[in-house]
Amino acid sequence: MANERHTLTALVDNEAGVLARVVGLFSGRGYNIDSLTVGEVDPAERTSRITVVTSGPPAVIEQIEAQLKRLVPVHAVTNWTFATDGVEREMALVKVAGADRAEAKQMAAKLGARVLDDRGQATVFELTDAPANIGSFIEAMRPLGLCDVSRTGVAAISRDPG
Amino acid sequence: MSESDTLTAKARPETVSLTGAEIVVRALKDQGVTHIFGYPGGAVLPIYDALFADNGITHVLVRHEQGATHAAEGYARSTGKPGVVLVTSGPGATNAVTGLTDALMDSIPLVVLTGQVATHLIGTDAFQEADTVGITRACTKHNWLVRDANDLSRTLHEAFQIATTGRPGPVVIDIPKDVQFKTGEYLTPDQIRHRSFKPKTEPEAASVLRAVEMMAAAKRPIFYTGGGLINSGPQASQALRELAALTGFPVTSTLMGLGAFPASSPQWLGMLGMHGTYEANHAMHDCDLMICLGARFDDRVTGRIDKFSPGSKKIHLDIDASQINKVVRVDLGIVADAGKTIAEMVKLWKAKDKKADAAALKDWWAQIDRWRAKRSLAYEASDALIKPQYAIDRLYALTRGRNVYITTEVGQHQMWAAQRFKFEEPNRWMTSGGLGTMGYGLPAAVGVQMAHRDALVIDIAGEASVQMTMQEMSTAVQYNLPIKIFILNNEYMGMVRQWQQLLHGGRYSHSYSEALPDFVKMAEAFGCLGLRATKPSELDAKIMEMIDSPKPVLFDCRVDATENCYPMIPSGAAHNEMILSALSDASVSDEGKMLV
Repeated sequence: MANERHTLTALVDNEAGVLARVVGLFSGRGYNIDSLTVGEVDPAERTSRITVVTSGPPAVIEQIEAQLKRLVPVHAVTNWTFATDGVEREMALVKVAGADRAEAKQMAAKLGARVLDDRGQATVFELTDAPANIGSFIEAMRPLGLCDVSRTGVAAISRDPG
Repeated sequence: MSESDTLTAKARPETVSLTGAEIVVRALKDQGVTHIFGYPGGAVLPIYDALFADNGITHVLVRHEQGATHAAEGYARSTGKPGVVLVTSGPGATNAVTGLTDALMDSIPLVVLTGQVATHLIGTDAFQEADTVGITRACTKHNWLVRDANDLSRTLHEAFQIATTGRPGPVVIDIPKDVQFKTGEYLTPDQIRHRSFKPKTEPEAASVLRAVEMMAAAKRPIFYTGGGLINSGPQASQALRELAALTGFPVTSTLMGLGAFPASSPQWLGMLGMHGTYEANHAMHDCDLMICLGARFDDRVTGRIDKFSPGSKKIHLDIDASQINKVVRVDLGIVADAGKTIAEMVKLWKAKDKKADAAALKDWWAQIDRWRAKRSLAYEASDALIKPQYAIDRLYALTRGRNVYITTEVGQHQMWAAQRFKFEEPNRWMTSGGLGTMGYGLPAAVGVQMAHRDALVIDIAGEASVQMTMQEMSTAVQYNLPIKIFILNNEYMGMVRQWQQLLHGGRYSHSYSEALPDFVKMAEAFGCLGLRATKPSELDAKIMEMIDSPKPVLFDCRVDATENCYPMIPSGAAHNEMILSALSDASVSDEGKMLV
């Protein structure tokens, strides 16, 4: 069966080793991690949200969700790919040092990126967007002197108040 | 504020302060622990000191930490209580890893306490330091490193809850030495509630109803039961017996589930899988409804997956949601406790006045009887050599009616024991199923005998496996545990030899048990009774001598060295592609044949 891309989030207890448990589950069972982000979301409740972008056949995705739910510090797992009410974003820092930096800035502005740093020999752009648009931006910068890229991976959340 | 925080705050005025080591002992006692299996060392000395001051818990000193974990598994599997282990840091913890993995694979509740170097030394490559929570993360249901004595009692109580509820499994609590010395607050078990761990045990009524309707409509049904029925408790076995009686359906079981259904029942088809009976595997292949209760479609059970039971609807009951649709897509998945769910099925079957399709069932049983007529467990008898199958049959016959518990090592002897020893009750059969750990049976027998002092505890062993944890003979002697180690000695790693014969052109690469010890002399050196049988004619008397001895016994039963274990599904084959022994075909004359 064909691979599908899915974005999963797990609400977890922010305790020692919780990220290692999630990452170890993926490596131990041979699942893919395309990107992974983690951060504390409720200091009072000591919970963090981990967002994993993964790919695999539907049966494997179903197993990944079930295996994540088995982990003791995991409260809830959501698959945003099938949910219509989720939004996701990724941030990228893109460094460009071409001959014509003005052209790069012009193109960046058109694609929604902003200049984060322009003091040195290179320009660093910041772009927060859907992962596919970040890919397009990087491709647009390639002929304009692209040197380096740092991407955060996807963060996802629901539209609903609950 | 979380629930546990609330409870803690309310309870605070009533708590007492103890040292970390005292908290450990107090928590174990409050959890009802009466036995622990352990081995002292530098990083657990404060806990050993607290045990010295308190005689409420029996500590069993093993000879190797792997032995402690298997003993605790045997204890747990035969009592339904969690097994508790106490070992030191570094090598103490790493030696426990095999037993932890074994317990994870077979869903055995273990609480393993490991010492750790003092918190200020963690990460410095200190003496006997190992990253125990890192190493054991993949082989535990959950684990903790406790850095504050105030967190210790909460962690210990949560550990017991997690190990024993939902799908049981092993947990590790790593306790640095300074935390054992420091003073902390003690909370009792009823003051603790885990924040996120709430296993689901009740089945949905609609699912139970659908299952019962599928069962009533079935023409060729089979119950495929597993270790989950043992873990659920004796009421699950009881409920299965009622459901089988009500429906009249045939029952087969995995290796781990033996004993949940009585082998004396005419509805019993024997074990299924790679070395299961012809009738069990063919019934699995040809059924139109498979009712899987507390089993997990292991590769040794299913054989080739794309040819697995192609024409059947499948119901899968498991307490672990991740098992549903993991290997085999099912038509109805029920995530719940086996005992509760089967009892609900019984209730609903009666309430709805359901009837099985009697005419279809009659045909189905006629077909099953034709498969049974193949006599797939038959073997060629011998007057000169002890056949391993004969040895198991005699051991079974001579121990019938006694209070018997059987453990095994791993290999041919394990399969022969599973095929031929007939279990009537749950918790009587302790074996390493998922991990296949050679060396499991001897220490497991120590654990079983510790819990059942008056029982007849027999480790059915092979000469290769038993050498892996032989040192626990000394433990058996120290605690007056009269375990019987019945070695089917064929001078080969028999299952390896069998595969080399059948699949590797008879190239017996490193599977001969060279330079074997004299097991009788070794038994004597340990202070046990050593016995040896080499001829069928002397076997019964020697077995009786073993049973009657008040000592631990090492029985060197010299068996036919090249006997193969049949029937067999070769890897990559389907249930209906079994290899039978030459003598199992019904067309062969009955002479010289031993029937089941």
